[in-house]
Amino acid sequence: MAALLLRRFLQLLAVSWGVGTLTFILMRALPGDMAYRIAAGRYGMDAVDSRAAELVRAELGLDQNAFSAYWQWLMDLLTWNLGNSLVSGASVTQEIWHMLQHSVLLALVGTLLAAAIAIPLGLSSAYWGGWLDRLMLACSTAMRAVPVFVIGLLTMIVFALEWQMFPVAGFGTPAHLVLPALTLALSLAAVSNRVVHTEAKRVFDSGFFEFARTKGFSPWQAFRHHGMRNIAVPVVAFFGVQLLTLIEGVVMVESLFSWPGVGHGLAHAIFARDIPVIQGAALMMGMLFVVMNTLVDIACYYLDPRGGRLA
Amino acid sequence: MSKIFSAFSSSRSVVPSQSVVSGVVSSSAICSTIRSLTLSQRSGFVILLLLCLYAYLGPMLLDGDAHSQNLSAILMAPNAEYWLGTDHFGRNMWIRLADALQLSLMMAAVCVLTSSVIGVTLGVLAATSSPWLDRALDGVVSMILALPGLVLVLIFAAIVPGSFLILYVAISLIQWIEYFRVTRAITQRLVSSPEVQSSKLIGFDGWYLFRRHYWPAIFPQLFTLAAFGAANAVLMMASLGFVHVGIQPPTAELGQMIVELFPHYSEAPWLLAQPLGLLALLVLACHLMAQGHKEGGDKGVTQ
Repeated sequence: MAALLLRRFLQLLAVSWGVGTLTFILMRALPGDMAYRIAAGRYGMDAVDSRAAELVRAELGLDQNAFSAYWQWLMDLLTWNLGNSLVSGASVTQEIWHMLQHSVLLALVGTLLAAAIAIPLGLSSAYWGGWLDRLMLACSTAMRAVPVFVIGLLTMIVFALEWQMFPVAGFGTPAHLVLPALTLALSLAAVSNRVVHTEAKRVFDSGFFEFARTKGFSPWQAFRHHGMRNIAVPVVAFFGVQLLTLIEGVVMVESLFSWPGVGHGLAHAIFARDIPVIQGAALMMGMLFVVMNTLVDIACYYLDPRGGRLA
Repeated sequence: MSKIFSAFSSSRSVVPSQSVVSGVVSSSAICSTIRSLTLSQRSGFVILLLLCLYAYLGPMLLDGDAHSQNLSAILMAPNAEYWLGTDHFGRNMWIRLADALQLSLMMAAVCVLTSSVIGVTLGVLAATSSPWLDRALDGVVSMILALPGLVLVLIFAAIVPGSFLILYVAISLIQWIEYFRVTRAITQRLVSSPEVQSSKLIGFDGWYLFRRHYWPAIFPQLFTLAAFGAANAVLMMASLGFVHVGIQPPTAELGQMIVELFPHYSEAPWLLAQPLGLLALLVLACHLMAQGHKEGGDKGVTQ
């Protein structure tokens, strides 16, 4: 356990260093005079003169040489001083925290919805098989072939434009949450319902399950005592694999539905070349990823106390 | 001595599968490979072939190019002159889609090629050479894996906006890991196997070991990885185009076409359907090609 946590902690450091270095390169790679570029981003193209550029240069320490600037950059990162947004001027830390709440809400609801879709479908297609199984296989294959933003567009077209049940995009009421979460859930469930199916089939066909039925358990009793935990371990482990899909899905879905989360902020910051926000958002994404991976590892450990699964 | 001989006879069992993959691929080997494909693989292959044909030969069938606008003929339905209609600037959709498809296919091809070569090379090296290299590569891998792939590609895309090259570098940087891990696992298992040990004892060099022992075990796995890798590369580029940070207009790119045409959905839904369908078809073809082979490959290795 300690080895695992140490490994994850090192990963966390690596993420911070990697994102910090990449964004530093990004800062240096801006074409033209950086001070002018940033001043233009801040005050608009027409309002830039050499005085504004000098102000920016002094403020951001752009006149240092590359190495000391890099050192300064990493030190700032280490003390969690992420600076201010180049566009809005607000503190990046505050902005990111604000975005993070929305992202976590979306991810959480999406995941729960995905579980609510995938687990019943996977279990029933494994239990009954036949046409239900074939239908689910076809649906899953089709869903996997389209990227998450296409699923989002389709739900948008069907539920928002054609039937006008939910708002197209934006944020505010719970109704705004439905389509983004549904999109995320569908893209997650497309794969995970097959995993649930495979694992459930393995358990249903196994000797111990057969025996539980033979000794007189009802299907529900057998499932509760012998099926649930056995199916849960690989499914939760698979959720760890799916975290990647989840995070990438969050980025795409937020951009599509203008959901004010970290992914939306990241895409916007990249478009506006707002480097401190890029750094903050990417950092948050990476840290979220590592932390959630750790949680999945711990969950697997407690679900299956036989151990050995914890790498 | 008898141990070495028995090891020899077991290494000979690899030979049949090797005839398919060794340098000279005979026509009978191609035929047997085609026959061994599953139905879904064959259909995936056919779809991909058709898409390639359209991407590279389609534009020749019509006059015009992907960029010239005709503002008096915007959002047209498919007709004799414009086979797939025109977009909101009156550009020829047939040619633009073919261009976008070319770009996606190109991205998929170069990413798969680069990442597989790098991944397999490093994987074999990590398993066979010094443990120091193994640990170093393991560190690099866990560092890259700690950041979600799309976020990494987004940051790279921010460094040089709209560049095909930087997208290619970023996507390959993520994708080589998959090949590396599979190759390393297979090679590690083989290194201590009797057949490799006896080959080493006899004095064969590293290249021979790779060609004769490692490569035949790695190759069946590569196909599945490559098919999924191609699909992911296509999706990644489309996703970036979709959030406006990928390939920049006016170059045609599937994701960016989708987001451009979405506002015109109510007037011209068929236009939005075209890049959507094409993207889905391309990814589906890759996924279909990955199917079936996996079980076959696994069996080959575990035996």
